[in-house]
Amino acid sequence: MTEYLLIIVGTVWVNNIVLSQFLGLCPFMGVSRKLETAVGMGLATTFVLTLSSISSFLVYEYLLEPFHLEYLKTISFILVIAAIVGFTELVVQKTSPLLHNVLGIYLPLITTNCAVLGVALLNTQQSNSFIESALYGFGSAIGFTLVLVLFAAMRERLAASDVPEAFQGSAIGMITAGLMALAFMGFTGLIKVS
Amino acid sequence: MTILTAVLILVGLAAVFGLILGYASVRFKVEGDPLADKVDSLLPQTQCGQCTFPGCRPYAEAIAKGEAPINQCPPGGETTMLALADLLDVEPLALDEEDSKESDMPEVAIIIEEDCIGCTLCIQACPVDAIVGAAKMMHTVIESECTGCELCLPPCPVDCIIMQPLDTTIDNWKWKPPVATEKTYPVIPIVLETNAKSIRS
Repeated sequence: MTEYLLIIVGTVWVNNIVLSQFLGLCPFMGVSRKLETAVGMGLATTFVLTLSSISSFLVYEYLLEPFHLEYLKTISFILVIAAIVGFTELVVQKTSPLLHNVLGIYLPLITTNCAVLGVALLNTQQSNSFIESALYGFGSAIGFTLVLVLFAAMRERLAASDVPEAFQGSAIGMITAGLMALAFMGFTGLIKVS
Repeated sequence: MTILTAVLILVGLAAVFGLILGYASVRFKVEGDPLADKVDSLLPQTQCGQCTFPGCRPYAEAIAKGEAPINQCPPGGETTMLALADLLDVEPLALDEEDSKESDMPEVAIIIEEDCIGCTLCIQACPVDAIVGAAKMMHTVIESECTGCELCLPPCPVDCIIMQPLDTTIDNWKWKPPVATEKTYPVIPIVLETNAKSIRS
């Protein structure tokens, strides 16, 4: 039980997918201009990441490993993730046209989001079990959402403050993200790596 | 042998996901024509019927299907026609009008108050509620609300409503766009004296 809790804590704070592992920077910079879009993007990514880490694990464990086809994991994970994101986009368009308009291009961008493929590959690298893979994916997505929401809140304030013209927009965003990564380094000692 | 299994597994995965996505695209189909929505958002929404369609939405749907030209909306005027041409990536057409306007300014309706009998028929006809008045009281058109759709002109029993172009004020004055005029230059035949002489001699 504690190791499941440790996985969640580890992925949300210690090994944050964006600030420690530097995956998923594209939607991190792109969707974080407004708080509402950031929350929507975080929810969509959570859904996709959890579902794709579970299905990637299933494909790896029951289709690739028995036939010694582990080298196919990259392409089959991409296939799985693309299908899930396509499915998610159709569902979002039907259930919430507002969210669909707000997220726009960033929904299919989750497909090429290296965070999703990265989590799936890290699961195989760490030989996680089914529950561990699911929790790893879910925790990474929660960490992504947390950092995205924090960053969006900061960027909204940055947009209203007196930034020198050369730094306005993405430049000050990158600098702020770097400072956030520095701050999150403080969590490194939270989990003792055996 | 392993290559065959690899190919089969990948093809199988792709087939399964293709089936799931195909089912999802039918089950979660979104009704509505996004192009008609975009066209409708550009139209002025006066619902006057001058485009021969019963309202702006049917005209927008006809434009989206390609059944109607984009120059049939007088209240929208030149700006709407150009915006539609930009959206649909077609050639701008000249506005479809029987009587040409003297100026480019949009027209508003004006009630000639000496003739008005207070019958309220024009008030009922106005789609944007731009006419102020009551039974047996004077009717007036609020100039800022009038969209120039001309729906009030037919119902008036004494024909006291006329259309008048807006005054040009400092706020709405525009430069006239430069008009290219074709200049024809006369062709002057240049005769080279020296050559002519040498040929003849």
